[in-house]
Amino acid sequence: MNRRELLRRSALAGVGIFQGAVRPDSVPADPLYRPDLVQSRAVATDADNDPVIKDIERRLKCTCGCNLDIYTCRTTDFTCTYSPELHRELLALRGEGKSPEEIVAAFVAKYGEQVLMAPKPEGFNLAGYALPGALVLLAGGLLVFVIGRRTRQAGVIAGGPVPPVPSAGGAVNLQAAERLRRALDEVED
Amino acid sequence: MTLLGQFSLWLALYAAIWGASVAFFGRWRERPELAATATRSTYGVAAALVVAALCLWKGLFAHDFNIEYVAQYTARNLPDAYVFAAFWAGQKGSLLFWASILSIFGAIAQTVTSKRHAELLPYVAAITNLVVAFFIITMLFSANPFERLPYTPEDGRGLNPQLQNPGMTIHPPMLYLGYISITIPFAFAMAALFSRRLDTGWIHAMRKWTILSWLFLSAGITLGMWWAYIELGWGGYWAWDPVENASLLPWLTMTAFLHSVMIQEKRGMLKRWNVGLIVASFLLSIFGTFITRSGIIASVHSFAQGTVGYFFLAFLILVAVVSFTVLYVRWPLLEPEARLESMASREAAFLFNNLALVGIAFSVLWGTLFPIISEAVRGTKITVGPPFFNRVNIPLALMLVALTGIGPLIAWRKASVQNLRRQFVIPVASGITVAVVLLGLGIRDIYALTAWSLAGFVVGTVTQEFGRGVRARHRMHGEPVPVALGRLVSRNRRRYGGYIVHVGFITYIAAFAGMAFKVTQEVTLGAGESAEIRSPFGHTYRLTHLGVSQYDQLNRFVSAASLEVRKDGVRIGRINSEKRQHRDSFGRNTFEPSTEVGIRSGLREDLYVVFAGSVNGTDRATYAITINPLVMWVWIGAGILIVGGLITMWPGGAVVGPGRRREAQAGYEAPLVGAGTAG
Repeated sequence: MNRRELLRRSALAGVGIFQGAVRPDSVPADPLYRPDLVQSRAVATDADNDPVIKDIERRLKCTCGCNLDIYTCRTTDFTCTYSPELHRELLALRGEGKSPEEIVAAFVAKYGEQVLMAPKPEGFNLAGYALPGALVLLAGGLLVFVIGRRTRQAGVIAGGPVPPVPSAGGAVNLQAAERLRRALDEVED
Repeated sequence: MTLLGQFSLWLALYAAIWGASVAFFGRWRERPELAATATRSTYGVAAALVVAALCLWKGLFAHDFNIEYVAQYTARNLPDAYVFAAFWAGQKGSLLFWASILSIFGAIAQTVTSKRHAELLPYVAAITNLVVAFFIITMLFSANPFERLPYTPEDGRGLNPQLQNPGMTIHPPMLYLGYISITIPFAFAMAALFSRRLDTGWIHAMRKWTILSWLFLSAGITLGMWWAYIELGWGGYWAWDPVENASLLPWLTMTAFLHSVMIQEKRGMLKRWNVGLIVASFLLSIFGTFITRSGIIASVHSFAQGTVGYFFLAFLILVAVVSFTVLYVRWPLLEPEARLESMASREAAFLFNNLALVGIAFSVLWGTLFPIISEAVRGTKITVGPPFFNRVNIPLALMLVALTGIGPLIAWRKASVQNLRRQFVIPVASGITVAVVLLGLGIRDIYALTAWSLAGFVVGTVTQEFGRGVRARHRMHGEPVPVALGRLVSRNRRRYGGYIVHVGFITYIAAFAGMAFKVTQEVTLGAGESAEIRSPFGHTYRLTHLGVSQYDQLNRFVSAASLEVRKDGVRIGRINSEKRQHRDSFGRNTFEPSTEVGIRSGLREDLYVVFAGSVNGTDRATYAITINPLVMWVWIGAGILIVGGLITMWPGGAVVGPGRRREAQAGYEAPLVGAGTAG
């Protein structure tokens, strides 16, 4: 190794610490005993680790039918031939200078709306996003209203004569019932 | 063996239908001897189905490849543990597993239920028998595990490599046990409706079944997450897949029930809601099975074959119609005995807790079905994946976490302002302290920050509850702190076991929030080359590729890529990730090569390495490297949750005798008032 090579390696190693980059390929590669039993992969590049690319890929679904996004599929299902192809397609669009939104739009135009991992929050899809939250809010509001009304009613009743306990069958010792209520309040279980 | 298996299935079917018929007829004509026959029929059904199950296992272990199921899911060189697990690996076997276990649960329910609830038992036998009969009919007419092939293959296809994992031997049965055991609470609820015995008796009779079922579901779901994490290689444990969602749905409604039933026991309220929750949980367990087996929604987990989906759909509709009709008919008998008295009450907090849980269940169900709804309405296919579910569910989940801390702090019936102030000071301070510390550490992810702060609030609540209980015992009885703690828990297992469950739950939430800081990187390395990756905790991992070794192992050919790992310059060991090519006993490749993940777990983070493949057939390897923060805490949370659940359902522990305890839980019923007066 000459001095220039040593300096180049040191510089790249320094960059690597901050970027987590791959060291230069210097060691000659040996062939595997059974190469046919291991999937073949391309050399990982900086573009593969580009956060913008990853982010776009996580918004788009692989078309192989796996239900995964492109990024997850291409880094998980190594038998899938679709996700690497989609990845290359995406890199090409990025290489043309397209913005993430333009790339997503291009994918939707080509593969249909189902290529999006989540539907755009517009039109009928808004029902998908808003309905659960709206129902919970509505039910919560209703609960607050009903409990508030009953609390007020209970307050009015409490101001008047004490009604008999309905299930007591008439023969009720109200003082004992009250004592019991208080005692039960102590039972936290 | 197949003949005996077939015969056993038919025998079980006749016994189940006979048992259900005589149960209803016996109760209708008031002939107790017929009702007793129904009870005995459950034992007969269970015995017949156990014989059928043993026949299938015999076929699997004997490598009888003339049986279509055996040929489909096993091979001669499949390790025995996976031959055993192949029983539930496929559609047909899992149906038999379901029917067998349900019949055993049905028989156990008849045996262990107290004689006080004898009036419910014939109906319980009838309901469990009918559900078992449905599964047997589905097997006999659509997915028969004893179906024979017209020829006998030399060897079987073998088990899918991703299922050849220790998790596979325990995750599916655990989840099935959860699904299956929901039938017993459902049977008790329906029995109470049919028999008009709608006091708290049916709730006491099935209480342990509900907790057991919930525990099985919790363990099954978590084991599924663990299996996905260590086997599938995508670096996560939950993908909002329809089948995963389907398992979560009954868990959510059962959790809601476990809280709301306390209001019924203490105050005699929410009777209709509780019956509705149990019915909904059972329907959702069947719905989950329908999703998995119908293929109606695309899922990586589904094994849709044949016409089974139609059977489940028909059963789902039938059960829903019958259950809700009976509930409607008995509606007037389910009048509440008391009313909510204040917004600042534990009842109200539990109601909002139920709202959050049912709201999440609805949003998960809605998201799961939305692609079908969208296609029906707009004619456009869409995908509803993790971004949708995270967006909709995270706010609801955070609301649930907040309520987990709020509920125990508020008194029953009505809390005073002073009481609220006294109760909330420590937990709120705890939550705020966590938030301040995290902000100081530079955490800016709003969801993670909120989740961890709320977790701090809940821990504050639980610590305060334990602290006050222990202090009270220490003062009153002079017990040392460890003794006071032990007795506090053992004498009020339901309450303090519940708090431990809460700690388990928020441990999950805190761990989930950690995934917001996941780091991933792809690298290609030749032998001796290194890559570095920085973790969210500030550590730097340096991974040096040592090479790829290839060798035969059991029923596969392995290509193992090895990395030496240094953390902040200190060597911490080696990590291997493998490609496995599975083969049958003749050396023929059976499936596509699968991947085995290399994981180095720690309390803070997991280093997760996947050997993606080799470059041009050389020992240069491409790796996907991920750092997953706090994953270990998911498994720890599961352990805490299960320990808490076991404590709540452990027999005994009440200070008062069982009879008095039940009276106290019944609320303000007349006999209790009478007893109080007399005393």
